[in-house]
Amino acid sequence: MAYSDKVLDHYDNPRNVGVLDDKALNVGTGMVGAPACGDVMRLQIQINDDGVIEDAKFKTYGCGSAIASSSLLTEWVKGKTLEDAAKIKNSEIAEELALPPVKIHCSVLAEDAIQAAIQDIRKKRGED
Amino acid sequence: MKLPIYLDYSATTPVDPRVAARMAECLTMDGVFGNAASRSHSFGWQAEAAIEDARQQVASLINADPREIVWTSGATESDNLAIKGCAHFNERKGKHVITSKIEHKAVLDSCRQLEREGYEITYLDPCASGLIEPQAVADAIRDDTTLVSLMHVNNEIGTITDIAAIGEICRQRGVFFHVDAAQSAGKVKIDMAEMKVDLMSFSAHKIYGPKGMGALYVRRKPRVRIEAQTHGGGHERGMRSGTLPTHQIVGMGEAFRIAHEEMDDENTRILALRNRLWEGFSDMEEAHLNGTLEQHVAGNLNVSFAFVEGESLIMALKDFAVSSGSACTSASLEPSYVLRALGLEDELAHSSIRFSIGRFTTAEEVDYIIEKVLAAVTKLRELSPLWDMFKAGVDLSTVQWAAH
Repeated sequence: MAYSDKVLDHYDNPRNVGVLDDKALNVGTGMVGAPACGDVMRLQIQINDDGVIEDAKFKTYGCGSAIASSSLLTEWVKGKTLEDAAKIKNSEIAEELALPPVKIHCSVLAEDAIQAAIQDIRKKRGED
Repeated sequence: MKLPIYLDYSATTPVDPRVAARMAECLTMDGVFGNAASRSHSFGWQAEAAIEDARQQVASLINADPREIVWTSGATESDNLAIKGCAHFNERKGKHVITSKIEHKAVLDSCRQLEREGYEITYLDPCASGLIEPQAVADAIRDDTTLVSLMHVNNEIGTITDIAAIGEICRQRGVFFHVDAAQSAGKVKIDMAEMKVDLMSFSAHKIYGPKGMGALYVRRKPRVRIEAQTHGGGHERGMRSGTLPTHQIVGMGEAFRIAHEEMDDENTRILALRNRLWEGFSDMEEAHLNGTLEQHVAGNLNVSFAFVEGESLIMALKDFAVSSGSACTSASLEPSYVLRALGLEDELAHSSIRFSIGRFTTAEEVDYIIEKVLAAVTKLRELSPLWDMFKAGVDLSTVQWAAH
C-alpha cells in the first residue's frame, strides 16, 4: 500500500503520544475501536478554565493510517473549544492525509474518538 | 548488505541463475524454440526432447514415473484440474469431497464451485497447532465421498500434513487423495512409490523456477482418471490442452533437478537460519509462534507480536519484504482465515508476521531483521493502548469494546 508522505511522517514521528490523568475533572478520555477489528484508539484531551483544549495525547493500536489519523487529530484539537473540536469531520482528516478508500474507516475512528473524549469531559462536569 | 531484503520466499522465489540460463536457451532462433507438437521437423523433435528431459527431472524429485506428470500453468490450475476433474469424473460414485479450512484459495474456491454444482464439501478444522489429524479425515469419509484434498505444507504457518498416513486411509476406503505440494516440493521429501497419493499439484516459482508454470501428478497405478478442464489439441494425453511452453518447462525441470540435488544441504542451512531468527525473538515478551515447529518446513516462521498491529509493523520494516495475516494488508478487512481456523483470537491474527527464508538468505540479513523487529515492536508498543492495559494487568477479553 502506497501511503502519502503525511501518513508516513505521522507514523515515523507521531505527535503527542502519551497519557493524561483520566481521573482529572478537566481531562476527557475517548477509547474507540476493538482489538478484533485491528484498531483501538485512545484519545485524551485536557481543557483549561476557559473551556479551551490545552493538551491532547493519544495511543493507538492499528495500521499506519490509524496512527496517523489520531496523531493528526491531537494537533488539530489543541487550542480549540470543545464546540469547535466537536465539528471536526472524518472527511477532513481523510483529505489531509490523502487516505485511500480502504483506510477511510481509520478517519471515522478518529472522529469517534474525539466525540467520545468530549462526551466524557462533559459527563464529568455534569454538562451532559 | 543489499536493501531491501527479501524474506517472503513462501510468496514466490527469484529464478535461480542456473534455471534462467537454461530457459534462455529455449527462446530465440538459435535456441530450442520449436513446438513440441510439430512432428515433421527437428525443431519440434528438439523441443519434445527438452520437455521430456524436464518431465523426468520433475518425476525424479518425487520418485514418480515421468508419464505421471502433466504440465499446467501453475499450482492453481493443477488444483482446479485435480479437484474438479476428479470430482466430475467420479460423479456417479458420489458427490462428497473433503478438504480443510486452512487450504489455499485455489482449493477452497474449486470446492466452492463444486458446491454450486450440487456437491457437498466437508471442511475439516485443524487442531490448535495447525495440523490436520489423519483421524479427522477417517471420520469424515462417507459412502459417497470420492475425493480428499489437503495441502502438504501450509503456506502461512509452514506445518506439514501427514500425507503418508492420510493416503493409507484414503486408499483403504477407496477414496482418491489430492495433495497441493506447492509449498513442499523441494523442501520436504516426497516419495510417490511409497505415498498413497493419487494427484499432486506443483508450482515452479516456489522453488526458484519461473512463474506461470506448474504440473499435476496423476497416478498410473492404480490409475486415476480425471475430466479435462481445458479443451484443445489433446496435449498431455488429453488432460490439459495447449501448446507446451518449452522455456517454462525446461526452467521447471532444472529447478526441480537442483532441488533434488541440493535439498538436504539447503534444508540444513535454512533451518539454522530459521532457528536463529526465532531465538532472536526469545527474549521478547508476548511473541507467539503460530503453528508448531514439531512438524514444520524449514524456511517458514509465523509469529504474532501481541498488542502490535501487523501492517504498522511492516511499515517499520521497510527494508524488508515480509507478509502479514493482518486484515490491513489485504483488501478484505478480514484477518487471515488460516490463523483464525487455528482458533487464534482476532487480535493475534492481526499481529502476525510471516517470515520466509530461502536459498539466498544470509545470517547477516537474519540478524538485521531481528534488530529491526525488536526496535519496531518496542516503539509500537509504546504507542499501543493495549500494551498499557496488558502491563496494568487488564484482561483484554473482559473489556467491553465498541466494535465498528
